[in-house]
Amino acid sequence: MKLTSLWLCGFAAMPFAAQAQTEISWWHAMTGANAEVVEKIAGDFNASQSDYVVKPVFKGTYPETLNAGIAAFRAGQAPDIMQVFDVGTGVMMGAGGAIKPVAEVLAEGGFTFDKSQYLPGIVGYYSTPEGEMLSFPYNSSSPILYYNKDIFEKAGLDVNAPPQTWAEVWAAARKIKESGAATCGYTSTWLTWIHTENFAAWNNVPWATNENGLAGTPELKIDAPLFVKHFQEIADLAKEGVLVYGGRTSEAKQNFTSGECGILTESSGGLGDVVKSGMNYGIGKLPYDETAEGAPQNTTPGGASLWVMAGKSDEVYKGVATFFDYLSQTEVQKYLHEQSGYLPVTMAAYEATKSSGFYDENPGRETPILQMSGKPPTENSKGVRAPNLPQLRDIQNEEYEKMLAGQQTAEEALKNAVTRGNAAIKEAAGG
Amino acid sequence: MQRTVFPHKVLPWLLLAPQLAVTLIFFYWPAGQAFRQSTLREDPFGLSSTFVGLANFRRVLSDPSYLNALQVTVVFSLFVAFLPMVIALFLAVQAEKIVRGRGVYRTLMIWPYAVATAIAGMLWLFMFNPSFGTLAWPLRQMGINWNPLLNSSHAMILVVAAATWKQISYNFLFFVAGLQAIPRSLLEAAAIDGASRRHAFWTIVFPLLAPTTFFLLVVNTVYALFDTFGIIHAVTGGGPGKATETLVYKVYNDGFVNLNMGDSAAQSVILMVIVIALTAFQFRYIERRVHYG
Amino acid sequence: MAESPLAPRGATRIWGHLWMILGVFVVVFPVYYVFIASTHSTQTILRPPLPLLPGPEGVANYRDAFSGGIDRIGGVSLWRLLGNTALIAVGIAVGKIAISMASAYAIVFFRFPLRMAAFWLIFITLMLPVEVRIQPTYKVMVDLGLIDTYAGLILPLIASATATLLFRQFFMTIPDELLEAARVDGAGPWRFFRDILWPLSLTNVAAIFVIQFIYGWTQYLWPLLVTNSNEMNTIVIALRKMISFADAETPWNLVMVTSVLAILPPLLVVVLMQRWFVKGLVETEK
Repeated sequence: MKLTSLWLCGFAAMPFAAQAQTEISWWHAMTGANAEVVEKIAGDFNASQSDYVVKPVFKGTYPETLNAGIAAFRAGQAPDIMQVFDVGTGVMMGAGGAIKPVAEVLAEGGFTFDKSQYLPGIVGYYSTPEGEMLSFPYNSSSPILYYNKDIFEKAGLDVNAPPQTWAEVWAAARKIKESGAATCGYTSTWLTWIHTENFAAWNNVPWATNENGLAGTPELKIDAPLFVKHFQEIADLAKEGVLVYGGRTSEAKQNFTSGECGILTESSGGLGDVVKSGMNYGIGKLPYDETAEGAPQNTTPGGASLWVMAGKSDEVYKGVATFFDYLSQTEVQKYLHEQSGYLPVTMAAYEATKSSGFYDENPGRETPILQMSGKPPTENSKGVRAPNLPQLRDIQNEEYEKMLAGQQTAEEALKNAVTRGNAAIKEAAGG
Repeated sequence: MQRTVFPHKVLPWLLLAPQLAVTLIFFYWPAGQAFRQSTLREDPFGLSSTFVGLANFRRVLSDPSYLNALQVTVVFSLFVAFLPMVIALFLAVQAEKIVRGRGVYRTLMIWPYAVATAIAGMLWLFMFNPSFGTLAWPLRQMGINWNPLLNSSHAMILVVAAATWKQISYNFLFFVAGLQAIPRSLLEAAAIDGASRRHAFWTIVFPLLAPTTFFLLVVNTVYALFDTFGIIHAVTGGGPGKATETLVYKVYNDGFVNLNMGDSAAQSVILMVIVIALTAFQFRYIERRVHYG
Repeated sequence: MAESPLAPRGATRIWGHLWMILGVFVVVFPVYYVFIASTHSTQTILRPPLPLLPGPEGVANYRDAFSGGIDRIGGVSLWRLLGNTALIAVGIAVGKIAISMASAYAIVFFRFPLRMAAFWLIFITLMLPVEVRIQPTYKVMVDLGLIDTYAGLILPLIASATATLLFRQFFMTIPDELLEAARVDGAGPWRFFRDILWPLSLTNVAAIFVIQFIYGWTQYLWPLLVTNSNEMNTIVIALRKMISFADAETPWNLVMVTSVLAILPPLLVVVLMQRWFVKGLVETEK
């Protein structure tokens, strides 16, 4: 009885609260500790001013959130802000009438948007080829290398010198396995994002034509000799049992934190779990292929960004702009960066974190930033875009799994991935 | 045989009204929408759409991966329809043999029924994931190369086991009820006739359980077709390759993840037809049972 | 307890026990597993193999969950989550029983024009799951203004014919003489229902209540779609919100505690009502 009346009170109170201030809905897919960060940031913003109330709502996984947003848009009830994962960027960019570019929202809200204040590698990924920022990068990460120092020591490897090239990784992994320091030398999360998309950018080879799809409909190029060589090495290591496959997304992280594998390549965002496992770990940059010209170039971000939906009132847009301005503040970015492990969006936040000595205590946190901003990006390293990136990744995963199971060679796998992928792109692009 | 009935003509419509209303609003209207969408080619946000007739159906039905999903679904459904039934029937008969403690066993047997699919999927992942699974670990120690991530058969075994596990309780309860509904006198008569217990089971008990068995077969099939989505999603994600991608998982993946609205709607319509056919089939059977049973 | 003629001898009983113990072990193990995991630290949970006995962190984990651990991530209190889920589950169970009893009553005890049409209109929807029609259904909810309401959470999930079918089957087993006698006594439809049919249906109602309660309690995709505020979330959504296999740290210990809390209430309902439940099924089977 008591509970019921409490709920009733809750309902009765809501409309009054909403009348005084403009409510801004923010649909997100953040889970675990990151969900806490979302609640905290929204709460702090709401407390910092009295005109707007940002209301974060968890809408499930990334695909679930995107679908909820689409269903809501089609029903005329779109949220104001929607978090969309990196691979959904192509879809959102194609939905011209459904979204409002962030640069526009900020400008109309009276805030100046100065591109030079933002980390170019990240903002570039979420901008049009002309440089207009379309969505606000909220959580970005980049793949890095983790290694288990205890296992390195047991295997007789230098604990302070993580392998820098793939050839060195393979050698170290074999040594780990042969010396019996661990049953598995190397594992990796995300064969698509890390070994395909980032492999291309980091080694400065094209993933697809048309600037990897940024300048137009792409045609996949991942069956080039460098990819074939790389994946054949992966297949061979898997056959020897040196490399253990953990799954399509982040599952392999567990193979590393459990002490089964000595080396891992994973998103920089995975650091939290590695720290929490209590292991003696070290961090290095993502390895590159020393035979590739110009490598290492720069890595590309993964993660998600905030999109503003079209058709809202000026009042709402003003509120969204105010909120994004708040999000860009150095203190907020610094908090986000240190708390969640995601990369800061602004140079100022990066500098502030650096001068506070945070990276001296947490060296791994700086690695992805250095990787992403070391060199100005080329047309191979600005990121990849396709109208159906999730589907392309599905296709690649299927072919890679067949390869790892020994059913086909790397060349066959990549050729199939290209043929099937290009057909799917044509289909999705309306061909 | 004509039943005695009430003579009212308006009252029955009033009684039917709520059910008809929710059915029309929440079934027929959305189903109609899905049907309409299946003839359109649309971008996800519905900003542009073209009528394409049956092109979506043609494409879906000629897509090798759809045929693969169909095949996977048939194999998966056959296992998930029969396995829980066989296990549950066996256990229900064992429970029937027991005098003391029957209630305790029965209570424990129905536990999985209370576990949400979202939780069940997570649990199975935790137990059998090759890298951190608690039960995968001893398998590996025993020298079994347990790897559902790359081995299609292992992946299929895993999802079948998880789906079966969740459905055993429901089947068990119906068999327990079915066994209790069998008149004692019949069994006693069989015992007096000197029929062996096994013989009595197959000639007397099992035929009497046929209605329950058939009902469960249909329920299990529909369960295998639809309700196992959450388990597949959590445990294998349809992989490796497309080894555990069922029809419903494909609807989800094409529509929800790849945002291919037309194809996904066409697949939904095909699924609806399958389900309606199954339902009609069951109905003919139930009608017969009510009249003659 | 009546002795079953299926098992007259002692040795078979022991076999029966052995098989049941094995069956129960396999069936209950995952539930036991989640309970065990809820008493360990995240670190232990993530480092296989997980011990098979309760760990030392149990009290701390549960205290953390109840004193704000879940609120912090979910953005709403644990009690609210459980309350919402219970309300939805009970709402679905009661709603479904009400509308399906009414329609089954109309179909079995009345003869009226278009009766068979109405019958098929309803029963064709017997097995159609919400997932297949989720997007258009969402649009309907928006048009009706039912987003973020309990009605929006409950109504679409009571729109299937399973319970109607079970009631119809049961009503058809009611001896014709009962209705004849009631008619002779001058009883109308309401009195016949109240005095005769309802008391006879109680075990069936119980069985359907359990089935629908569990169905409502375990929903995930639909509540996720139609709720736009944390205050309307269910425990299953809150659970999913904690789990991240990707970037964020997952408080696995809290996840396990939440899982236990999400399993317990429906488990209690099934266990407490199982006697009626089985009885209800037996009667429907006749």
